[in-house]
Amino acid sequence: MPVGMSAGTPAGAAAGAPAGAAAGNPLLMRSTSRARVVKDVAARVAMWLAALIVLVPVILILYYVAAKGLPTMDWEFLTQPTPYSMRLRGGGFVNGLIGTLLMVVLAAVVSIPLGLLGAIYLVEYGKKGLLAQVIRFFSDVMTGVPSVFVGLFVYTAMVIPFGFGVVMGAASLAIIMLPIVVRSSEEMLKLVPRELKEASYALGAGHWHTISRVVLPAAAPGLTTGTMLAVARAAGETAPLLLTALSAQEIVTRLVGEATASLPVLIYYGARNPFPAGQERAWAGALELLLLVLVFTLLARVASSRNRLWQ
Amino acid sequence: MTNAPTDTVASPLVPRKGFSRMADPVFAALTGAAGILVLIILGYMVVVTTLTAWPAMQSQGWSFIFSTTWDPSRGQYGILAFVYGTVLTSLIALVIAVPFSLGIALFLTEIAPGWIRGPVAYMVDLLAAVPSVVYGLWGVFVLLPGLLQPLAVWLSRTLGWIPIFAGPGSGLSFFGAGVVLAIMIIPIISSLSREVLRAVPSDEKNAAFALGATRWEMITGAVLPRAKAGIIGAVMLGLGRALGETIAVALLVGSREQITASILKPGYTMASIIANQFTEATGDHIRALVGVGVVLFIITIVVNVAARALVWRMVEA
Repeated sequence: MPVGMSAGTPAGAAAGAPAGAAAGNPLLMRSTSRARVVKDVAARVAMWLAALIVLVPVILILYYVAAKGLPTMDWEFLTQPTPYSMRLRGGGFVNGLIGTLLMVVLAAVVSIPLGLLGAIYLVEYGKKGLLAQVIRFFSDVMTGVPSVFVGLFVYTAMVIPFGFGVVMGAASLAIIMLPIVVRSSEEMLKLVPRELKEASYALGAGHWHTISRVVLPAAAPGLTTGTMLAVARAAGETAPLLLTALSAQEIVTRLVGEATASLPVLIYYGARNPFPAGQERAWAGALELLLLVLVFTLLARVASSRNRLWQ
Repeated sequence: MTNAPTDTVASPLVPRKGFSRMADPVFAALTGAAGILVLIILGYMVVVTTLTAWPAMQSQGWSFIFSTTWDPSRGQYGILAFVYGTVLTSLIALVIAVPFSLGIALFLTEIAPGWIRGPVAYMVDLLAAVPSVVYGLWGVFVLLPGLLQPLAVWLSRTLGWIPIFAGPGSGLSFFGAGVVLAIMIIPIISSLSREVLRAVPSDEKNAAFALGATRWEMITGAVLPRAKAGIIGAVMLGLGRALGETIAVALLVGSREQITASILKPGYTMASIIANQFTEATGDHIRALVGVGVVLFIITIVVNVAARALVWRMVEA
């Protein structure tokens, strides 16, 4: 791609760039040669192909997860815990489903209010100030922290003193969700029209009233979209749970000090083992997890279509 | 919205005495505290993990980073081979993902007919929603035997005299991990690039057309020079994700502590050795693995900060 060649900006070109620049800039080659048209068509074809090829893995993944998961996905799989040996057929991932739901709900209960408050700070109080910019930047950076590192942190900070458990797994998921909630909520809160807030202030409402009665209800669909995507992301995380919740064959009974299964970790163990029975359960588990994640993504879509702030 | 009450006395918006006087400053402080919490957690993560890993790093000295010998039974922890594996798999992923991501981003912003944009964008977003363990499972049991293994065997037979394609080509490898990573980061790079491309003013595109440019010339002449910094940022964010990706890579890269020129041989990445060995590790071995995590964290933070700076300059401006 001749990106580097066309250093002359189009604006400059439009204003009549010096003749020397014309040689390198495709915009100034006036002659309609066949080569230009061929290049254009070739580029279009390449872009169409890129789009079509990227769709192949999407379809393949969905197809294989459904095709390989469905035969094992029955009532027993949904309601029974994992058998003690990977060789054994039967059983299911209900221990993982319960673990995943517990940890995701707990993580959401902690991180969504905190993230929302942080976002409100950025939009309503901090605005363009230094502290707000620093928080904004490091929230963005934090979304890029590898999830396995978050797992290592929670391991050293919580698992070493208190042992594995639902709470530790939830803590790592909450840390992963927090910056996502902050940044996506901020984007949504920014869309609330200033007139709406000013009308509220004009009626004598304070900051707290304006935010809780006017800003939040107006932004609610958008906020739901962001949080649902964060929840979907958390539900699929494996690495941090491997280090903080580990896994177990039984349904969890205590929130702290007891290793807990989750769907992703059970799938991971199933994928690593050589026995067909364990692998089949992993595929059914993948189907279950994918459906769970897609439900959250779908909720996000629905909420987003209800969002009237886009315009 | 019913926020315009006619009867101001009954309005929920009118502050009640006492409560509201307290509510405003308390709420302001609460939101500020929540914002600062993000910084505290990030800082606390760095301090706690570094302190935990420090004894292991100190006992190894510089060989922690520059040695390739990782032998927990003899207390030797050199992570160079894992750094190499992380960089190699991420580079393979970028080489594959960048052209496709840019292609699809340009397709969706510049040339796709309206009716196809929604569905294609939705499908690509779907790719981002798939959990990494599902990618790993699919990669190991479908993509590897179905496509990657035959391809690798063919590559090593025909191009095996080039060191990077040497080896039997069967089984787990850097190459397989890189391909699956590529599929995982395509939605990230393409969606961010789309945002950046959309930020290019349409005046400049129209100016290019007015000068008689074909669509492709408009893209290379008007869109790409403008969007370059932002696209590089998007690519680096994808790179950051690839560097830290754990589970899919742990399933696909194999497990061999080696540096090899061949991309068709198995290895370890920093993230995958943590996932592989952590649950069976004790004592210094755990500290060393936390150290691997700290080094991984530093690398991804550097990449992320640079990427954010580039994207921010583009989108916020």
